[in-house]
Amino acid sequence: MGVGIKVENLNAWFGKHQALHGINMDILPNHATAIIGPSGCGKSTFVRCLNRMHETNPDARAEGKVQVKDMNIYGEGVAPVDVRRRIGMVFQKPNPFPSMSIYDNVAAGLKLNGFRNRKKLDEIVEKSLRSSALWDEVKDDLKKKSGASLSGGQQQRLCIARALAVEPDVLLMDEPASALDPISTSKIEDLIFELKENYTVVIVTHNMQQAARVAEFTAFFLLGKLIEFDKTEKIFTTPTDKRTEDYITGRFG
Amino acid sequence: MSVAQPQQPMGSALNPVGEHLRVVPRRSSVVSRFADFSFQGLVWLSAACVLAIVAFILMQLIKGSSLSLHQFGWKFFTGSDWDPVNGNFGSVPFVYGTLVSSLVALVIAVPLSLGVAIFITEMCPRSLRGILSYLTELLAAIPSVIYGMWAIFVLIPLLRRYIGPALAKTFGWTGLFTGPIYGGGMLTAGIILAIMLVPIISSITREVLTAVPHQQREAALALGATRWEMIRVGVLRNARAGIFGAIILGLGRALGETMAVTMVIGNRPKITKSLFAPAYTMASVIANEFSEATDDLYLSSLIEIGLALFIVTIIVNILAQFLIWSVTRGTPRRANV
Ligand SMILES: Nc1ncnc2c1ncn2[C@@H]1O[C@H](COP(=O)(O)OP(=O)(O)OP(=O)(O)O)[C@@H](O)[C@H]1O
Ligand SMILES: [Mg+2]
Repeated sequence: MGVGIKVENLNAWFGKHQALHGINMDILPNHATAIIGPSGCGKSTFVRCLNRMHETNPDARAEGKVQVKDMNIYGEGVAPVDVRRRIGMVFQKPNPFPSMSIYDNVAAGLKLNGFRNRKKLDEIVEKSLRSSALWDEVKDDLKKKSGASLSGGQQQRLCIARALAVEPDVLLMDEPASALDPISTSKIEDLIFELKENYTVVIVTHNMQQAARVAEFTAFFLLGKLIEFDKTEKIFTTPTDKRTEDYITGRFG
Repeated sequence: MSVAQPQQPMGSALNPVGEHLRVVPRRSSVVSRFADFSFQGLVWLSAACVLAIVAFILMQLIKGSSLSLHQFGWKFFTGSDWDPVNGNFGSVPFVYGTLVSSLVALVIAVPLSLGVAIFITEMCPRSLRGILSYLTELLAAIPSVIYGMWAIFVLIPLLRRYIGPALAKTFGWTGLFTGPIYGGGMLTAGIILAIMLVPIISSITREVLTAVPHQQREAALALGATRWEMIRVGVLRNARAGIFGAIILGLGRALGETMAVTMVIGNRPKITKSLFAPAYTMASVIANEFSEATDDLYLSSLIEIGLALFIVTIIVNILAQFLIWSVTRGTPRRANV
């Protein structure tokens, strides 16, 4: 089951440049939440703050409170490594490990956790590949083919399987379909729809139709600030803020 | 002699008004085509020259060693007797010396170089990165005779007094560290070679590691990898072939290194298990005995050793370049981290 995320007064910097200003947000469990906004408004920075990937950039830092279940991920004594094991992430560009087989790609996270039980590994790999709707396409050459030998869309679903294999509470996706063709994109969208049953999904997208299709909630960011956060329907039909309306209607951005 | 005329475009006489406004004179297509052609020719010529030189050296080596090739055949590479007085030449002690000293060098240099490369690309603060890589590369610029001198004045006394006895005490049971410690010998040659290899192996490894896409590191981190796990899974694994290439390239260098090795290895054509014992390498025997090889068969045998060394190092280098290229080709440099 997914868990909710409560973001309180989150600020983030790249060196001296502040990329996020006091974000407050309540992300519901087992729903998909879309993050939209013009390029450079801080969407990626925001999701990367939710699993402490942001601070892996040189000179980057973040402050604030992000409560995931019973843990404030920015709390004292919380290790970023533990946070990332509980909050999975899928990137814009598919990034499977090219030197590993499909199987080893999916098992990579578990093996990092010291998981060695072969039978259990087999089960989890199959389950993850099934949940990412890739199983039928790769089941015959799991260990023969390298992760890089798949098509772009398959690679992205492999990356989703890899993230799911460690059974995270939350799945973060940063424009997961923007590098893909329309058919692969719709597969990924269907997948997000199914994943919501078991995970909390946060998805960054440039494509407003996509946000409308997959997400119940949508947050609009502008210049590092959260402008409006509401039901997707409301954002796209009757937004409260003028700037949201301008963006939705394509008047800028 | 004619006075040099300013180059005029062909069309200017026909259309003086229009051409007046043109600031950059248009080159005639004949001229530019000729320039293009001759440049291309020059490039091809230089490339052909390199190949020709290699072929020429190979031919000369084969010609020079024909006497010994005929006289000994394969026995040259199975016999271990090197006896110029009686005209008996077998190259095994030199091949052994070259291989073992290079192997010792790699055993020491590889972990050290990988450590240096990993530290520079993945761990050290960015401000230190440039200066550190510069310093390691500077090591490669030191002439090998200087390394040899340093070994004689510093390394050999150290080995004889401290390192040697310590090794004999702890690892004597392996049989690799027994017998009298002269200071000079296989181990000394291996160590000095190792120091010379570190800049080569580490700088190429550094390049290979830098070529690994940043997304691979992020993929590992996002799975909850620690920094070391990230390096192992996201970086080293992807760079395997290239790192192997760097090592092979270092091996090629070690096989052919002459001066420093000749100064410290002891120059005795005997196969001994103990690394403390003096030995001899293919390159050193050529350097040492070439000027005193007065009879034809002696000279021819030395040239045959040169031929073998040449072929082996060429093959090793081609293999290395291929492996390095297989990793670095086409991979974009990452922007930061
Ligand atoms: N590695 C970095 N170093 C310095 N500044 C950065 C870095 N990455 C992003 N920024 C800055 O932070 C701000 C937010 O960037 P971010 O990548 O979060 O935008 P985004 O909304 O994801 O844009 P896009 O839709 O183009 O992906 C931008 O002003 C950008 O210039
Ligand atoms: Mg982005």
